[in-house]
Amino acid sequence: MSSPDTVEKTKSSATAPRQRRLTIARALNEAIHQEMTADASVVVLGEDLAKIGGVWSTTGGLLDAFGADRVRDTPISESGFIGAAVGMAAVGLRPIVELMFVDFFGVCMNAISSLAAKQRFFSGGQVKCPMVLMTSVGGGYSDGGQHSQCLYATFGHLPGLKVVIPSNAYDAKGMLRSAIRDDDPVVFMFHKGVHGLGWLGTVPRAATHVPEEEYYVPLGKAAVAREGTDLTFVGLGLTVHHAIDAANVLQKEGVSCEVIDLRSIAPLDRDTIRASVRKTGRLIAVDDDYMSYGVSGEVIASVCEDAGIALKATPRRLCFPDIPIPFSPALEPGLLPNGERLAALAREVLSEKRT
Amino acid sequence: MQSNATPIGNRHHRLWMYQAMVQSRELETRIKTIYFEGKLPVFNMAKGPIPGEMHLSVGQEPCAVGVCAHLRPSDFVTATHRPHHVAIAKGVNLRAMAAEIFGKETGLSHGLGGHMHLFDASVNFSCSGIIGEGIAPAVGAAVAMKIQGRDDIAVSFMGEGATNQGQFHEALNLASLWKAPVVFIIEDNAYGISVSKAESTSVASNADRAAAYGMPGVFVPGNDPDAIYEAAGEAVARARAGGGPTLIELETHRLEGHFVGDTVEYRPPAELESLATLDPITLFRARLEADGHDGAELNAIEAEAISLADDAIAFARNSEYPAAREAFAHVFA
Repeated sequence: MSSPDTVEKTKSSATAPRQRRLTIARALNEAIHQEMTADASVVVLGEDLAKIGGVWSTTGGLLDAFGADRVRDTPISESGFIGAAVGMAAVGLRPIVELMFVDFFGVCMNAISSLAAKQRFFSGGQVKCPMVLMTSVGGGYSDGGQHSQCLYATFGHLPGLKVVIPSNAYDAKGMLRSAIRDDDPVVFMFHKGVHGLGWLGTVPRAATHVPEEEYYVPLGKAAVAREGTDLTFVGLGLTVHHAIDAANVLQKEGVSCEVIDLRSIAPLDRDTIRASVRKTGRLIAVDDDYMSYGVSGEVIASVCEDAGIALKATPRRLCFPDIPIPFSPALEPGLLPNGERLAALAREVLSEKRT
Repeated sequence: MQSNATPIGNRHHRLWMYQAMVQSRELETRIKTIYFEGKLPVFNMAKGPIPGEMHLSVGQEPCAVGVCAHLRPSDFVTATHRPHHVAIAKGVNLRAMAAEIFGKETGLSHGLGGHMHLFDASVNFSCSGIIGEGIAPAVGAAVAMKIQGRDDIAVSFMGEGATNQGQFHEALNLASLWKAPVVFIIEDNAYGISVSKAESTSVASNADRAAAYGMPGVFVPGNDPDAIYEAAGEAVARARAGGGPTLIELETHRLEGHFVGDTVEYRPPAELESLATLDPITLFRARLEADGHDGAELNAIEAEAISLADDAIAFARNSEYPAAREAFAHVFA
C-alpha cells in the first residue's frame, strides 16, 4: 500500500481539482488548523497534544502555529481539564479537548455527563457549551480491555451530548469542522482501525480525497455509503468497511446490499435507516461495541417501531459480545465483527422464510 | 438599595454586605416555611409549591458577601448545592431565582434547573448539585478570561467536604500550573451532610493544603464578614493582577440541617445550643451599630430586604408553570 498521504495526480486535465488522499488523522489535523486560523476562540488542550502533536497525530504543528496559550498540554487530570473546558466554553472559548482512549472516560464521567451535557439544559438555554471532546475507540490489536472499547452507546445514551464517528477522511474533516462550530458539546470518536497511523493496521479505503478548501459535513446525518436493493447493512466507523466488504462478496453472489454509515449516533438519523429498510426489507446492524443496550438494538428498534416498513426477514445484528475485551490474539479477532462473518449472517437472513 | 448594586467604598461595602446577608436570610426564611406547605403530615418531598431537596445557607451568609463585595458582574462564580446566599451576593435576579426554586416558567431556567442548578448568565453565576463539580470550570473560565485579555477573575465556592474529592486536587494543581486568576473559597461549616470534618478530613485546616499546590492558603476564623472581606480582597486583587490563585478556607456555621427536614441528630446537643449565639446577622448588626452606623438606616435596609423577598416570593407563586414542550427546547442549541 502506498502511503496514505501520497498525493495522487489526476490523470487527465490539469484543471481538475487536485486529488489529495489523506488519512483520517491528517484530515482531523487539517480541520483543527483551519478552524483555529478562522476563529481565535478555538483552543486545544489535553494530554500530549502540544509538543508531540497527540498520540493519534491529531494536533501536530498547532503549538508552533498558534502558541502555548491556545495549544496546551495538560497533566493527566481528566476531570480537571475536561471540567476546565466546560468553564472555558461558558465564557466564550471553543475548546477542543482530546482524551486518548474512550476507555479512560470513567475517571472524568461527571465532567462529561453532569457538567458538559447539562449546561445548556440547566441554564434554560442561557449558557452554551461549545466544546469538542475527541477520543479514540476500538480494538483488534491486543491492547486489552482498558484500551480497546468503543462505548458508543454509553455516550449516545446521555442527552445533551452529540456523538459522532467518521468512517473516512473526507467525512472526518468535514464533521470535525462542523463539531468545532457547533454550540453543543460533541464527542468526536475516531476508530483506530480506520485512523491511518503507521503502527496500526488501517482500512485503506478510509483514506480518501480530502479537499483543502472549506467544506462541512453536517452532524446528525447518516450517509448511504453504497446503494443496494436486497438487504441493508447499518454500521459506523470501522464496521461500515466490514459492511462494504460483505457487500462486495455478496455482489458476486447476485445480492445487492445497501450500506448505511450512521456517522452520528446522537442525534441518530432514523429517517435514513428507515428509508433504506423500506426499500430492501432486510436489516443487519453491525457494531463493534458491546451488543446489549447498544447502537445495534437502537437501529433495529427504529425500524421495528415504524409500522410502514414491511420486513422480508427478521432484523439481525452482529456485535461484540457482552464480555470485556480479551487480550490474547487467539481470542479477540474471533469476537470482533468482520466482513466474512457479516456476509455469513447476511446469507442466513436472505434464506429466511417468513411465515 | 438593590442586592445587585455594585458596592463602592468600604462604608458602603459594609452596608451592602449587611443588606445582602439580610436579603438572603429573608428569602430563605420564607422558602423554609413554604417548603413544608403540602408536604405534611406524612413528609412527601415531591409535594408543595417548592418540590425536591432544599439546602439553606442560613448562617453562612458572611462567606458570600465578604467575597462577592469584590466582584463585578463579569467575574465568573460557581457555587455549590447550597447556593442562595452566593447567588444573591453575586447579583442574581431575585424574582427569577425565586421562580426557578418554585419550578416556574419565569424562573432563571424556566424551571429546568431548580434550586441546585441556578444559572444567571447576565452575572456569570452558576451552581451545581454535585460535590466538587464547580471547581474545574472556574479554573477553565479563569484561564479563558486570561487568554481573552480580560482582567476578570473566577471564584469557586465549595464546602469543606469537597476538598476530599479528586476534582479539588486536580483543579488546584491546574490553577497553580497555569497561574489562573481564580480564588477558591471553602465554606467550612464543619459537616458534610452528617459526617463531621474531624471524621472525614485528615488536616485541621484545608488552607494548609494550598502548600501542596504552591499557592497562598488563608484560614479565616469566626464567620466574620469584615475578616472575610479583607482576606478575599487580597486574593481577588492578586488574581486580577496576574498573581495566580489563592485558597481561602472560611470558618462558618450551618445554622440549619443539611437539608430542610434534616433532624440534625448527628450534632451534639451542646453544639446545637451554641448555634443560637452565632447568628452572623445579629452579630454584624451589633458591630455596625457599635461602629456608629445609624440603627434607623439598618432598619431601612431590613425593611427593604423584607419587601424584596415578599415581592420575589409573590412573583414566584403567581407565575405559571412551564409548558411541557419547554423541556425539549434546551437540550441542544
